[in-house]
Amino acid sequence: MASGEIDVKYVAQLARLSLTPEEEKKIGAQLGNILVYIEKLSELDVTNIEPTAHAVPLTNVTRADEVCPSLSHADALRNAPRQAGGLFIVPKIVE
Amino acid sequence: MLNQLTISELTAKLASRDVSAREITQSCLDQIARVDGKIHAFISYDAADALAQADAADQLLSAKGRDASRPLLGIPIAIKDVLAVKNQPLNCASKILGKFTSTYDATVIEKLKAAGAIVFGRLNMDEFAMGSSTENSAFGATCNPWDITRIPGGSSGGSAAAVAANECIASLGTDTGGSIRQPAALCGCVGLKPTYGRISRYGLVAYASSLDQIGPFTKNVADAATLLGVMSGHDLRDSTSIPQPVPDYTKALTGDIRGLKLGLPKEYMVGGLDPEVKAAVDVAVKKYEELGAEIVEISLPHTDYAIATYYIIATAEASTNLARFDGIRYGARVDGADPAELYSKTRGAGFGAEVKRRIILGTYVLSSGYYDAYYLRAQKVRTLIRQDFLKAFETVDAIITPTTPTAAFKIGEKSDDPLQMYLSDIFTISCNLAGICGVSLPCGFTQNPKLPIGLQLLGKPFGEETMLRLAHAYEQNTAWHQQRIAI
Repeated sequence: MASGEIDVKYVAQLARLSLTPEEEKKIGAQLGNILVYIEKLSELDVTNIEPTAHAVPLTNVTRADEVCPSLSHADALRNAPRQAGGLFIVPKIVE
Repeated sequence: MLNQLTISELTAKLASRDVSAREITQSCLDQIARVDGKIHAFISYDAADALAQADAADQLLSAKGRDASRPLLGIPIAIKDVLAVKNQPLNCASKILGKFTSTYDATVIEKLKAAGAIVFGRLNMDEFAMGSSTENSAFGATCNPWDITRIPGGSSGGSAAAVAANECIASLGTDTGGSIRQPAALCGCVGLKPTYGRISRYGLVAYASSLDQIGPFTKNVADAATLLGVMSGHDLRDSTSIPQPVPDYTKALTGDIRGLKLGLPKEYMVGGLDPEVKAAVDVAVKKYEELGAEIVEISLPHTDYAIATYYIIATAEASTNLARFDGIRYGARVDGADPAELYSKTRGAGFGAEVKRRIILGTYVLSSGYYDAYYLRAQKVRTLIRQDFLKAFETVDAIITPTTPTAAFKIGEKSDDPLQMYLSDIFTISCNLAGICGVSLPCGFTQNPKLPIGLQLLGKPFGEETMLRLAHAYEQNTAWHQQRIAI
């Protein structure tokens, strides 16, 4: 494992999260401490241990493919920050 | 005062028409008006809507009387600001949701309404349920009703404080690493985290999907059993809800716990445990022996790794779950020249410090080159932690521990040191990783200042009946739950 170092600027960019320089510095220092603490997991031998993604033994949960009522168009747009003509308005993506 | 009574007491009074649902609701609203300026358990509440629901309940009572299909008829229940209630605001105590109002009811809210409850209020919490003190709210901190210079616990701090301060009869919260049990302990009420999959999470804003469960805050164990029964059950809209029959949990509260085996994990009674908390739990253990339970020392050898495991898995899940808050389809938006800039600016302006920390940590542990070392390893340690519990449950019926290492700490005491804050969850966090059930109930008070101490019982997967029987027997043979705050 890496030792208590984290490139906050790079990770924030991956997370699409803008941070001020002060936040970068503070979060970097705090996460450094937390990563050192998390290192303790490397003490354990996990050879041949299956990972647990979920504590319940359900797999391939399906239900009948039936049409049933869902959110109306108006309700889906109700909380939109910007909308027009029944659509979400977003910045231009393709020139 | 009606607002001080329990669901079962009020249900009896409603059935005999001694009181009306409107009187009960009004007594809660009066208490909120009187004390919530100091406590700040509620982010908002809609008094007119609550009273309209109360009048509808009174009409039903007049027309049909009380019937068993509506066990919560006329009972005001307040809701953590992370659960969708149709046409009510939903903010997760964050700025990023802006003026969001829910377009539908969460499954638990549907079930409460169908059972006749008056569903009202938006209870304060740590932003997106990330925190242990309810200080991480964009709407300001909630105070502990027993001492307003102290935190109520978190993340469901508003839910615990509102019940403790008699501002509602019961409330709903959510528990991802102790967010129901820890505030219940620190505010002196009963808080129940059901087995993962027992209650549908449909309509709950996800924090860490493999750990989150919804549960009740109540003034006693019987009320918790009633609410659990109403809220439980399989739901086609949540593929992780488990198709398991729902028993009548109130029938499990027989008072007879003779011969039941309670495990006392040796790893839980060590370092950092406050002497007064330890003493109170020791006395509770003796009480259980008096009542005929057998105490067995057990070992949960991977306890010391639970917090590290949790903060990898929970933040990884959170970083993906919270990707949806991007300013496109709902909530607040900060404009940008292109979509990526819009996302970054919106999220930078909308999320608070703790949420940002957890998104960064979660993104990091999932990022290329670190996935195996952190996330995959944590999932394997999770297996070891779960196996510890399943092995213990081969010999015991439930496990007994303190809920928290200390009573409520001061506001601001840990807010600059996230790791210290995380470590305060040591006794509650394993339960979520293992997917089992847990409950916290009052077991005493510290001397000076007088602050509640919580006792935690952990039960087998779907072992709520035995766990609640044990909790109820203790409660009925002690007077802690009857102590009310002079507020």
